[in-house]
Amino acid sequence: MSIVTVLELIPLLGVIGLFALPKGSTKLIKQFSIGVSLVDLIISVVMAVRFNRGVSAMQFVESRTWISSFGIKYAVGIDGIALVLILMTTVLVPIVLLAGWNESENGRWSPRVYYALILILETMMVGVFAATDVFLFYVIFEAMLIPVYFLIGGYGRGERAQAAMKFLLYSLLGGLLMLAAVIGTYVIATNQIGSTFDVTALSGLHIDSATENMLFLGFFIAFAIKAPLWPLHTWLPTAAKSATPATSVLLLGVLDKVGTYGMIRFCITLFPHAAHTFTPMIIVLSLISILYGAFLAIGQRDINGLIAFTSISHFGFITLGIFAMTSQGLTGASLYMVNHGFSTAALFLVAGWMASRRGSTKIEDFGGLQRVTPVMAWAFFIAGMSALALPGLSSFVSEFLVLVGTFTRYPLAAIIGTTGIVLAALYVLLTVQRSLHGPTTPGNESLSDLNIREKIAIAPVIAILVIFGFFPKPITDVLNPASHEVMTHAGYVDPQPKAGK
Amino acid sequence: MTTSHNLVYLIALPLVSAAILLLLGRIADKWGHLLATLVSASTFAIAAIEFFSMRSRSGAARPAMQDLFTWISVGSFNVHASLLLDQLSICFVLLITGVGTLIHIYSIAYMSHDHDRRRFFAYLNLFVAAMLLLVLGDSYLNLYVGWEGVGLASYLLIGFWNQKPAYAVAAKKAFVANRVGDIGLSLAIMISFAQFGSVSFSGVEAGVPHASKAALTALGAMLLLAAAGKSAQFPLQSWLGDAMAGPTPVSALIHAATMVTAGVYLITRSHFVFDASPTAQTMVLIVGGITLLFGALVGTAKDDIKKALAASTMSQIGYMILATGLGPIGYAFAIMHLLTHGFFKAGMFLGAGSVMHGMNDEVNMRRYGAIGKVMPITAVTFGLGYLAIIGVPPFAGFYSKDKIIETAFNAGGSKGIIVGGAALLGAAITAFYMTRVIVLTFTGTKRWDDQVHPHESPSLMWIPMVILAVGSVASGFLFNSGHALVNWLAPVVNAAGHEEGKALMQPMTVSLLALGVVAVGVSIAILKYRTVPVDAPAGNILTKIVRRDLLQDDFNDRVLVRPGQALTNFFVRMDNSFIDGIVRGVGGIVAVSSTNLRKIQNGYVRSYALIMVVGVLALLTTIWMVTL
Amino acid sequence: MDISNYLYLSAILFTIGAVGVVVRRNAIVVFMCVELMLNAANLAFVTFSRINGDLVGQVASFFTMVVAACEVVVGLAIIVTMYRSRRSASIDDASLLKR
Repeated sequence: MSIVTVLELIPLLGVIGLFALPKGSTKLIKQFSIGVSLVDLIISVVMAVRFNRGVSAMQFVESRTWISSFGIKYAVGIDGIALVLILMTTVLVPIVLLAGWNESENGRWSPRVYYALILILETMMVGVFAATDVFLFYVIFEAMLIPVYFLIGGYGRGERAQAAMKFLLYSLLGGLLMLAAVIGTYVIATNQIGSTFDVTALSGLHIDSATENMLFLGFFIAFAIKAPLWPLHTWLPTAAKSATPATSVLLLGVLDKVGTYGMIRFCITLFPHAAHTFTPMIIVLSLISILYGAFLAIGQRDINGLIAFTSISHFGFITLGIFAMTSQGLTGASLYMVNHGFSTAALFLVAGWMASRRGSTKIEDFGGLQRVTPVMAWAFFIAGMSALALPGLSSFVSEFLVLVGTFTRYPLAAIIGTTGIVLAALYVLLTVQRSLHGPTTPGNESLSDLNIREKIAIAPVIAILVIFGFFPKPITDVLNPASHEVMTHAGYVDPQPKAGK
Repeated sequence: MTTSHNLVYLIALPLVSAAILLLLGRIADKWGHLLATLVSASTFAIAAIEFFSMRSRSGAARPAMQDLFTWISVGSFNVHASLLLDQLSICFVLLITGVGTLIHIYSIAYMSHDHDRRRFFAYLNLFVAAMLLLVLGDSYLNLYVGWEGVGLASYLLIGFWNQKPAYAVAAKKAFVANRVGDIGLSLAIMISFAQFGSVSFSGVEAGVPHASKAALTALGAMLLLAAAGKSAQFPLQSWLGDAMAGPTPVSALIHAATMVTAGVYLITRSHFVFDASPTAQTMVLIVGGITLLFGALVGTAKDDIKKALAASTMSQIGYMILATGLGPIGYAFAIMHLLTHGFFKAGMFLGAGSVMHGMNDEVNMRRYGAIGKVMPITAVTFGLGYLAIIGVPPFAGFYSKDKIIETAFNAGGSKGIIVGGAALLGAAITAFYMTRVIVLTFTGTKRWDDQVHPHESPSLMWIPMVILAVGSVASGFLFNSGHALVNWLAPVVNAAGHEEGKALMQPMTVSLLALGVVAVGVSIAILKYRTVPVDAPAGNILTKIVRRDLLQDDFNDRVLVRPGQALTNFFVRMDNSFIDGIVRGVGGIVAVSSTNLRKIQNGYVRSYALIMVVGVLALLTTIWMVTL
Repeated sequence: MDISNYLYLSAILFTIGAVGVVVRRNAIVVFMCVELMLNAANLAFVTFSRINGDLVGQVASFFTMVVAACEVVVGLAIIVTMYRSRRSASIDDASLLKR
């Protein structure tokens, strides 16, 4: 059995254990769940250590027949991109569990259900990044909606039911298009190489260009909804405003990455020609996302809405990097996925603590927090600096790589994208000014600062942001072979310096 | 090239110290400022050791390198975190650590009543670390980290008293204006990589001869944009006046002596780009020329002593930028003016801080007057700085500024006359507004209230002022004796091969001319401000415009801020009503059809049965018709 | 006699039953009409069995009878309960599902 499968099974076993625990011991349930996620974290670290970084092929592969009549397999395996995303997942889950210690208690169902849902989600998140069988990927891609739906609808706040429904319907629409494309690909595969859903086998198909374009769009629209790309983004702010901080972190930090990850793993790998055809359109959409998300973030009054729109802007950068098709762009985009996961996590968690103390998510209800709750204010400030990609924090490395990578192929797009850094400064600093600076808003005088548990939860996130800002090499070393493989397969090479010798 | 192992400590020490002070929190309140000052002093010691060891080496062995680790390595994009200390950067390192240490000492007393003093010193150390990284980085990307790091430190320090909303706004404005400049630096790095496949200074320099003129001009323009943002040059200058919201030692260190001169450093460092692109060089000249006049004009109408000095800083940096636009010989003079300016402007800011300290933080010069009598040391040190800035021989500014004016006139043709004329005019206006500051503050009759008791500042404050005053007096002479600085910098800026063209004016002529216009400026100011009303007179339309910083904020507000806000509001409305509206519309159509279809479900079994019968009949008919 | 007459009779019985289900309100009558339709179907099965000369249709009719018997048991029980609770056997009164 592959270590990836172990990684998927542990949270599931944890869920069984969760229901075996005695009733009425909420604290035990919490500790147990965090314990399970920590075990998963340790195993994923072991996996990362054993990962061979010089190899671009899939590692830790496992393949078992699932539905033999359709050639469907339980097939998993990871390359560098999947590895870092899985690591990000396993790091984030214990952190959000610890950070959202009390989130489970005001829900529609018991805390036990909440923790079971999150652990099930962890299994699926690992599985979706590891799946190398298109059908398996599709099943997990869709099944992930269920725990998130219940987490938003059952434990969220405000208009949580509507938000959950909107999220579900959007995602199902994308899933439907993707299902059609999966079936279409399967039919073509059956005619050419026999029935299989294996992504490597499928990537060698010869598809006529009209069909390839249709299939590409089927996948792409599903992923563009997931990773929200303008104009398919409107579910995200609604969901972020209603979900609990922990759910928001997992939703924006990890689940949405499935969209951008899918673009690399499936859209580009399976349909390289169609990807080439649609690149101009996608780059335009990415640029619109970058600027539009930033403008809307500036106009937001709700702190969670703000974070959601900054994410839309950042997802624009990620898709820009992916479709620039240079090694800097691809590695930068993959790195951006990880960094965005952590910086969004920091933002959502601190914003969640601020909101739960103040009892409001309106930015104008805060003010002067730096004098009242200095540690919380600093945590928010650093998270904000990461969102505006300050050099020295990890998001700078990825954002810059994306822009440099884009510039070498599409200079104009990079120039337009670069203006986003001014807007980023505006939306972060406006929020910092309104919530942390200025005189203390009446009602905030007696807010309490972060407690030990919250400090322990946020410290690793900030440490990761700082450490990988100065030393991103461990991650880029893992990503480089994988992005090179993707590029080579799609038939691209890096542009050469123009003023060559 | 020599390998050094000590350069990293220059950055690491203050950085670690800042981290300690911030992380320990209140525990470090008692000794935080001492640690920070000690660390700053030790960086100066390291810098001094490095300087002397560099002097002992000769020729090509002078620059020192330290390669720390591979920072980013993706495809052909390889950036090492490595430090380069050459003849140019050592000037900056000494200035930063030297003036920085003096200002640390000054701040111990200046900030002694502020219960957040530890945080202040942490920010100061953070600034020193970032600024040193800026001048020590061996590639544009390393420089960028320091570049943004000083921006962050500047943001934190301008907003140090951010409980006042206006100060928080000023901090944000500075950061955002800097970010506009950062677009330039980002794009410059991208252009470098796309053109030369390298972002290190040496890599770009090696590639310049192979590049097209258009690419070099674009690169130069982007570097100039970056420099304009950081150094408060036209058209990105509007933040510097507001940045005076920060504590006065910060204005002295960051917004006068060091950070704002980073643009000059950037252009000097990238001399190979500008030397190869006359168009970019002309742009530099234009920006420098406009700003030196702009800043000087704004300085004539400011009643806030710090804002008057800030306008002066803008103008003096305009001189430096102008000098860098004059080609190889100009770089050395730009750096010389930068160093002397570091002394006299920091000294004057500290003097202003000393006056404010004694005057209950009053900044309005119209409420000063006759302070020279009660604060003699401040008055004398400020006065020496004043003599230096207006360029009276033998004070520092005389050497550095006259060199720039002279080089400008000798640039040749109509360009030389225009640029030289602007520089000369700037000198006259400088003499006017600086005399105005002196007259309003230190001489005349007292205009302050009786409850204010101005007093000389404690020794911790005046000692740094005295040291800086000594620098204002002597530095120009030292740098110029035997062309010491020009020769020192020659290997970096390729000035060695520079030929003295046919000089339009001899040095003597220029000096006399400059002294003449300075005398005119001084006399006008003395005559005009014999009596000073406490409330500023209404003034004519021109005065009003100058008081409003030549309408720069109004322009930005009309052209950028308001359309930006309108655009944002438009997008928010569009997102709610149009894009989400489409989504909701689809949902609505489904809902309406469901409501209508639901009417069939009337609950009567009979009608269900009827529908079934009709359905079966329809089905059978269909089958019948198809099979027919 | 033409064997198709049985089919006509079956069709007529089925139609009478169907019309009865649709137009009558009394639950018992509706119920009996349903039975009539089932028996019409049975008649058709048997007829086809005869025409085809095998026993498949006859077997099917036995199934139908069993189902009909079950239906009678459940259906009558429901009608009786309904009558007990609201003193009426009109099916229009039992339109609660629409709410």
